[in-house]
Amino acid sequence: MTWKKLLIPLASVPVILLLAYGFRTDPKAIPSPLVQKLAPDFRLKAFDGGEVSLADLKGKPLVLNFWASWCYPACYEEAPLLEATWKRYKDQGLMMVGVDIQDKEANAREFLQRFGFTFPNAPDPGSKVSIDYGVYGVPETYFIDRQGRIAYKHVGALTPALMEAQVQSLLKGT
Amino acid sequence: MSRRRGRWASVRQAAWWLTLGVAVLLWWSAAPVRAATNFDLEDRVREIASELRCVVCQNLSVADSPSDLAKEMRNLVREQVQQGKNREEIQAYFVSRYGEYVLLSPPKRGFNLLVWGLPFLAIAVGGGAVYLVVRRWTEQAPAKRPAIDPAYAERVQRELKDRE
Repeated sequence: MTWKKLLIPLASVPVILLLAYGFRTDPKAIPSPLVQKLAPDFRLKAFDGGEVSLADLKGKPLVLNFWASWCYPACYEEAPLLEATWKRYKDQGLMMVGVDIQDKEANAREFLQRFGFTFPNAPDPGSKVSIDYGVYGVPETYFIDRQGRIAYKHVGALTPALMEAQVQSLLKGT
Repeated sequence: MSRRRGRWASVRQAAWWLTLGVAVLLWWSAAPVRAATNFDLEDRVREIASELRCVVCQNLSVADSPSDLAKEMRNLVREQVQQGKNREEIQAYFVSRYGEYVLLSPPKRGFNLLVWGLPFLAIAVGGGAVYLVVRRWTEQAPAKRPAIDPAYAERVQRELKDRE
């Protein structure tokens, strides 16, 4: 008869374990299979008429940011940080590229002007580059090392502390 | 001379019209074939897209979602189908970008087998438990008579006696 008394507690052990595991993971955090892999190449026509491509930036650490003018407030929150980081670190060899996704050109240009972006930004026709990078939404930021590997992917607005840590680690890498 | 040249011209003109007519006829008769291949392409795109998760939606496939990203993904699927890629290759591309999460049904291997197997296991175990419990109830019901409180039995007996 004793085993019957133990049956219910015993049966609940796996359920509790499953819940303990499930509740501790962030359901919104979906790990990107691209992290630690070579970043997919891209070639885009920038808003200023120039061309930006990953191949041309080889050997330089790169902050690749996906944004949109309709992405309020997250993209508006991190925009000043992007420009400030670019200004501070471009002389140390850091590169920064912004990719504008699913946007209207006029709105995108207004966004660029509003935050005075001086690093290259380009629209992504057909969302090809976004899909190639496994972008879910905006903003998303990829930190790509000198070897062209994606060192880190951040979903959502960047914080100064995170930006600083990631950029430092990119610049340190050989 | 001039009459002969005129005849030649009319023959050439007739030949030209005939060629044009045949070409138009061929083009026209091939229309259902063209439509069919196009239809097949769209069918194929829908089939593949319906197995991909629209990553910006809640429980919608790329085929069913009206979102812009899903539309671009459908275009990409169409492009890859036209390049001659098969379903597995296209799925592999999306998995390499978004992870297995992008597949609406997890592949039947490894840890995922649990997801496919557990419901059936649960039904089997639950069904077994229900069977055992029901069998016990049906066995016990006729065998056991409800116990009568001796006090009530004594009272019934007394009242019966009083009526006599």
